[in-house]
Amino acid sequence: MVTIAAIIYEPGSSIKNKTGTWRTFRPILDTNKCVKCENCYIFCPEGAIQEDENGNFKIDYDYCKGCLICMNECPVNAITKVREEK
Amino acid sequence: MCEVKVITGTSAAAEAAKLADVDVIAAYPITPQTTCVEKLAEFVANGELDAEYIKVESEHSAMSACIGAAATGARTFTATASQGLALMHEMLFIASGMRLPIVMMVANRALSAPINIWNDQQDSIAERDSGWIQIYVEDNQETLDSIIQAYKIAENEDVLLPVMVCLDGFILTHTVEPVTIPKAERVRDFLGVYEPKHAYLDPDRPITQGPVGVPDCYMETRKQVEEAMERAKKVIKEVNEEFSERFKRKYGNGLVEAYNLDKADTVLVAMGSVCGTIKYVIDELKKEGKEVGLLRIRTFRPFPKEDIKEFLKDANNIAVLDKNISLGFNKGALGIEMASILKNKKVCNYIVGLGGRDITIDNIKSIINHVEKAEDDETVWVGLKE
Amino acid sequence: MIEIRFHGRGGQGAVTAAQILAKAAFYDGKFCQAFPFFGVERRGAPVMAFTRIDDKKITLRCQIYNPDYVVVQDSSLLESVNVVDGLKKDGAVIINTVKDDLNLGFKTYTIDATGIALDVLGVPIVNTAMVGAFAGVTKLVTIESVKKAILETFKGKLGEKNAKAAEVAYNEMLKKYG
Repeated sequence: MVTIAAIIYEPGSSIKNKTGTWRTFRPILDTNKCVKCENCYIFCPEGAIQEDENGNFKIDYDYCKGCLICMNECPVNAITKVREEK
Repeated sequence: MCEVKVITGTSAAAEAAKLADVDVIAAYPITPQTTCVEKLAEFVANGELDAEYIKVESEHSAMSACIGAAATGARTFTATASQGLALMHEMLFIASGMRLPIVMMVANRALSAPINIWNDQQDSIAERDSGWIQIYVEDNQETLDSIIQAYKIAENEDVLLPVMVCLDGFILTHTVEPVTIPKAERVRDFLGVYEPKHAYLDPDRPITQGPVGVPDCYMETRKQVEEAMERAKKVIKEVNEEFSERFKRKYGNGLVEAYNLDKADTVLVAMGSVCGTIKYVIDELKKEGKEVGLLRIRTFRPFPKEDIKEFLKDANNIAVLDKNISLGFNKGALGIEMASILKNKKVCNYIVGLGGRDITIDNIKSIINHVEKAEDDETVWVGLKE
Repeated sequence: MIEIRFHGRGGQGAVTAAQILAKAAFYDGKFCQAFPFFGVERRGAPVMAFTRIDDKKITLRCQIYNPDYVVVQDSSLLESVNVVDGLKKDGAVIINTVKDDLNLGFKTYTIDATGIALDVLGVPIVNTAMVGAFAGVTKLVTIESVKKAILETFKGKLGEKNAKAAEVAYNEMLKKYG
C-alpha cells in the first residue's frame, strides 16, 4: 500500500537498511595502538564508528561500507584493511 | 562517409546540435538531460563547436537567454526536463509569440511531488498550448535526426515557431545504441544558413520585438500562430521527405508513422519509445498469425487530425496509450484528442509508465486483449500495484 | 536476441560494463543496446545494468526480466539480491568470487576478478575484467572487440590497463573452461 503522497510516517527507518555488505575491504581497528584522538569517529561519513562504555572506539560492521576514510585519517596507523572474502 | 557510434540519447542530441552548427546554447543542468549540455559544453570548450555557451542560474534564465539570442538572429539550442521545463513555462509562450525558431531537447521526466526523476511525458504535455511544435521520438537515431529536422522546420518562413524534440528520460537518454552520425557538410547543406527576415537585430534597420499587443492586435497574433501550426504540418512532411532523400532515413510521413496497419482491426496509438516495445509485440503476434497495428504519433503539436482519421478509418479497436494524465478527467492528453476526432469509434485510453513504471511486453499484450473485449470507451491504468 | 543482466554495486562500473559489452558486440557486426536499471544510484548500493545483442535492430525498450546470462561483479550481493531471478533455465551465471566451487543452481562460472583488478589496475574495480570473463565463457563477443571498446571508453594508460585486465580474465576463463 502506498501512503497518501508517499509520506513516510516512521522516523529513523533508514536504520533498517544495513550497508555492511557493500565492503570490498574491512577496516580493522587495533585498540592497543589507538590514541583516542577521535579522528575516525569524526570523519566516518556513516557514523559507523562510536565510542563504547570503556572509552574504546568500535567499528559497526553492519553499517561500515568500507570506504577506508578512517584508515586514511588515523594518525597512528591503528586502522588497517583486509579484503573481504566472500 | 558517415560514422556510426554507440551512444546515449543525450549524446545523440548534443551531436545533432553540433551538426546544426548552433550559435548560442544557454542551459541549466537537470536529470536526465544534463549529459546533453555537458557534452555540448565539452564541444565548445575543446573548439569542436564555435558557439557561445551561456551558463545561467535557472531554466527560466536559460529560455530567456535563448529568446534574446534568437531575437538577434542567432541559431539557438537548449535542453531541459521536468521541473526545469515547468520553470520555463512563462518564457515558452514568449518564444513562440515572438516567432523565434528555438530548438529544445526535452528529456521527458515526471513532475514532483513525490519527487521522481524517471520517465513519463507529463512535463512536455503540460506545455501543450505553449505554441511550440512537439516531436516525440522513438529511438536515439530519431533524436539526432529530429533535432536536425527541427531547425529546418522551425526556420521555415511558413512556420517560424520553436520546436521541442521530446525523448523519453532514461529509456533513451541513458541507453546506448548505434547511431549514424552524418557528415557536418551534408547537414550544413541540408539546413542552409539561418537568415531571418522577420526578426533580427540590425542597427541600420531598428525594429521593436515583443511590444505590447493591445486588444486591437493580440488576437490576430494568436491566429497567426495557429495558421503557422497548420502550415507546419505540410512543412514537417516535406522536411521528412527531403531528409530521407538525403540521409536515407524516414519517420513515417513526418507527422505519424503507420506500422502493420493494413490488416489490423486492433490498432495501438502511442508516442515515444514505448512504440519500439509495441512494434516488438506486434512482430511476435504476427508470428502467431495475429495482426495488430500501431499508429505512432510523432508530432503532438501540430496535431495530425486528418492523417489519423485516414490511417484509422478501417480500425475498430483503438487503444491509446498515454504517459501522462489529465487529473480530474481520467484520461491522458492523447486519449482526449483521439476521442474528440474519432467520434464514432471505440477508443480506449491506457495510462501507462508514469514516473518510470516499466512498460512490459505483458502490459502491451494485456492492453490488446482489453481493447478487443471492451464494449465501450474505457480508461485503464495499466500496471498499478494492488 | 541475447539478453544479459549485470549485478554490481554503485561505483563498480556495472553500467560501463554493460555499455562496453554492447559496443564490443557492435564492433563484431551486431546490433546492441545497453542501459542501467532505472533506480536510485548510491555508491556501494546494489545496482543492475542490461545489455541486449541481436542480429537485427533492437526496438524493445522494457527492462530485462528473463536474461540469458547474469554477470555478478561482487559475490557479496548474494546475501541481499537474488541474482538468478528470472534467469532462463539453460542460462548461465558468471560471478566474481574466490570460491571455485560456487554453484547457484544454474551453470556457474567463477573468476577472481577482484584479484585480477588489484593485480592489473591496483584498485578493486572489476567491470572490465568481468566483460573479458564474459567473452571468454560465452564467445558471444571477441576479445579484440572488447579491448577496442575499452580503449574507446577509457583514454590513455587507464584504457590500456583495463584492456589488459579484460584480456587476463578472458584467458583465465579459456584455460579454466575451454
